[in-house]
Amino acid sequence: MALAEQRDEGMAPESRGVMDYLVHNMREYGLLVALILVMVFFQIVTDGTLLRPVNVTNLLLQNSYIVIMALGMLIVIVSGNIDLSVGSVMGFIGALAAVMIVEWGAPTLVTAVACLVAGGIIGGMQGYWIAYWKIPSFIVTLAGMLVFRGASLWLLEGQSLGPFPREFQLIANGFVPDIFPAAWGAGLAELLGVRNVNVLALATGLIAAGLILWMETKSRAQNRAYGMEQEPYSFFLARVGITCLALIFILYKLSTFRGLPNVLITMGVLTIIYAFFTARTTTGRRIYALGGNEKAAKLSGIRTERLTFLAFVNMGVLAAAAGMVFAARLNSATPKAGFALELDVIAAVFIGGASMSGGVGKIVGAVVGAFLMGVLNNGMSIMGIGIDYQQVIKGLVLLAAVIFDVYNKSRQA
Amino acid sequence: MTALLEMRAITKTFPGVKALDTVNLTVREGEIHALVGENGAGKSTLMKVLSGVYPAGTYEGEIHYAGQLAQFTDIADSEKRGVIIIHQELALVPQLSIAENLFLGNERARAGIINWRETNRRTEELLKKVGLSDPPSAKVDKLGVGKQQLVEIAKALSKEVRLLILDEPTAALSESDSQALLDLMLELKEQGVTQIIISHKLNEVRRVADTVTVIRDGSTVSTMDARANPITEDAIVRDMVGRSMADRYPERQRRAGDRLMEVRNWNVFHPLHSDRQVIHDVNLTVRAGEVVGIAGLMGAGRTELAMSIFGRSWGQKITGSVEMKGREVDVSTVPRAIDAGLAYVTEDRKSLGLVLDEPIQTNITMANLAGVSQGGILNDKAETRVAEDYRRQLNIRTPGVFQKVVNLSGGNQQKVVLSKWLFAGPEVLILDEPTRGIDVGAKFEIYGIINELSAQGKGVLMISSEMPELLGMCDRIYVMNEGAFVGELTAGEASQERIMSLIVTD
Repeated sequence: MALAEQRDEGMAPESRGVMDYLVHNMREYGLLVALILVMVFFQIVTDGTLLRPVNVTNLLLQNSYIVIMALGMLIVIVSGNIDLSVGSVMGFIGALAAVMIVEWGAPTLVTAVACLVAGGIIGGMQGYWIAYWKIPSFIVTLAGMLVFRGASLWLLEGQSLGPFPREFQLIANGFVPDIFPAAWGAGLAELLGVRNVNVLALATGLIAAGLILWMETKSRAQNRAYGMEQEPYSFFLARVGITCLALIFILYKLSTFRGLPNVLITMGVLTIIYAFFTARTTTGRRIYALGGNEKAAKLSGIRTERLTFLAFVNMGVLAAAAGMVFAARLNSATPKAGFALELDVIAAVFIGGASMSGGVGKIVGAVVGAFLMGVLNNGMSIMGIGIDYQQVIKGLVLLAAVIFDVYNKSRQA
Repeated sequence: MTALLEMRAITKTFPGVKALDTVNLTVREGEIHALVGENGAGKSTLMKVLSGVYPAGTYEGEIHYAGQLAQFTDIADSEKRGVIIIHQELALVPQLSIAENLFLGNERARAGIINWRETNRRTEELLKKVGLSDPPSAKVDKLGVGKQQLVEIAKALSKEVRLLILDEPTAALSESDSQALLDLMLELKEQGVTQIIISHKLNEVRRVADTVTVIRDGSTVSTMDARANPITEDAIVRDMVGRSMADRYPERQRRAGDRLMEVRNWNVFHPLHSDRQVIHDVNLTVRAGEVVGIAGLMGAGRTELAMSIFGRSWGQKITGSVEMKGREVDVSTVPRAIDAGLAYVTEDRKSLGLVLDEPIQTNITMANLAGVSQGGILNDKAETRVAEDYRRQLNIRTPGVFQKVVNLSGGNQQKVVLSKWLFAGPEVLILDEPTRGIDVGAKFEIYGIINELSAQGKGVLMISSEMPELLGMCDRIYVMNEGAFVGELTAGEASQERIMSLIVTD
């Protein structure tokens, strides 16, 4: 004890070397570097197909429902639980939406609200047993996985159901119309030597990059003011620079295709909301405390049961949203929808740096983790690698990410 | 009689602490030897040295056992020589049967296949020896604590025991179970098993012990022979506590104000065994600016009392009332208890007080996030400012409030827990073993903080197993034993002898 104290006192934050910083923050840089490396690799081996505008658009659409569910799964995992039922719930809600719209002729808006509410209720039903009866979430949601898989089969009577009206399809397949004069786009297109440019998409990219730059600079200044551990300036520049450039690049690619997909907006807005929620609100903070040490949280006056319950309600709502996106994208509900998808979602969260034991994990990490898996999927498919090898590779990536985590932690200790 | 065991000049040092200082212990063949002393005096450490938990080489001094120099490398090594220790917390697997437990790791088997007939036959023999009539197939978790203790002894007997060490064997037992156990000890003595018993209950010690050794502050104080002339409890108590009270406590102006908190007729039952009452009719008062102590031995029910008051965090079927400043308050959940003006600083800061992987500032604001947020949105600047304030006030030694608390020393961790509760703005703080496991310098600082709180007119209820600490800090001390208050002493009246005699003569 005394020794540890002395060491801490002698270790002023400034005196830490760049290497030391890197060792302590290997995880976050590692993830970013891994994503870049994987993208560069596939870009080369697919002869540039990966980053073609149409494929970039596809990549976002394909992974949107994984990302949406990863947001909720991160919270569930940070709270110290797990949800195995999300794939089934997603499929069930897609089926529900199809039945309501196609069979009953319900309006899209009514259906959407009803589906979100149904998702919340399903999450609540599972969360109730987990939070108030202390039944392990693994068991409860394993049961839920079976129940809702069966329920979708029953609801669809084993058949696919579709198609959806155009309005509903727009949830997943629509694009935001360019609000800028068409002449601007045409002018830019000529300037850049491409067929067309969606000015809104490009502007969104630039504004988002600007916002990130501004917020990161501000928070760095604030950290300095409070003497918090400083990221070396070169790292800061590299990290923020790459993030901003990548963002502009992706949105530029989108702008030369059909512009901003609706689902990208949904995903982006949800990511920002959840990142803010987990980092800056009291409820978010309490969830980390709950996952970090449930007993200590409880004795500090945190209503741990209610938080756990709400984490599952939230997960249910997001699974419902993902279910609608998925159904809209396929333009039909099938009994197999969402099959084994919970594993992709959980893998994304762990690749993103969350800890199995709870209390650790970030929204941005989960989103990047989801895209890392998505790029792997997409790249391997373009290369024509069989589904068999794809599964093996994805499994190994997950294992490697977690081993890397554990190794890193033991090196720090 | 010859000596079976001789421990000569045993010294055991932990980083920064000398737990044992040239301790001598001689146990004669065939006797029951009692080891007594306050909590933390070093009894358990000594037994761990003996049984090889601390292997040869990690301590100084020599152990001579059965005529040879013994250098045990681990527990298995000492067990092979017939030294068997039964710990206070039983080491049985509750889901397994008696027979399975008895021969766990020592199965009656050939080529890995268990011979159940042999196992059951041996089990029946052993159970008969300890006076148990339950079938060998009975599951251990269906037995009461008393019977489980006997199963532990049977397990020891199955290993050809020569020296049996019992660490507070009756602490969790009822009166009749205790008597049965003591009778068994005497019977084993007849059969030639040498025994060492660690106990706080001096009447029991007097009943079974042939020799009593008193340990205090890591040294042997005295060894008394019961056969020469009967040992009185007074003599033991005197030796147990007889240390000078050095000037280890900062001065404080003692002035008690109005009644702040009053607990009336508090009764609590065990959370798992609904028929076992753990707290019996406790009444207590804390005045503004007063530091009130609760003295008692481990297992007296002090922590259970505190946690049951603080939002019913322990126990069930809780009855009684709590008043703050004369008005009855609802303390049925932790948030309500906090709202009522209570704070509870746990004795187990690592598992109940802190989120170790979170930074200092997060831990400090955990019980009062409303104080650093508006409309549910955290104000980072305010949070850091609050944490910095407490870091300065309580002198938390750290490079910054963004450090994870897991990197802090015990004393600094305790200051973080205290900061958390100070920031919650309580009227009455319940401090459960506030200085456990922290060094002397940090202790002094914590005492200073306690005095500061009382100067501000807060009430402090302090639970401690270190009697000098209670005597040095408190205006009034309640003495607790077996779930009930058995006495109340003012600072003037209180002494270690009086407290100890209230406990042991209850």
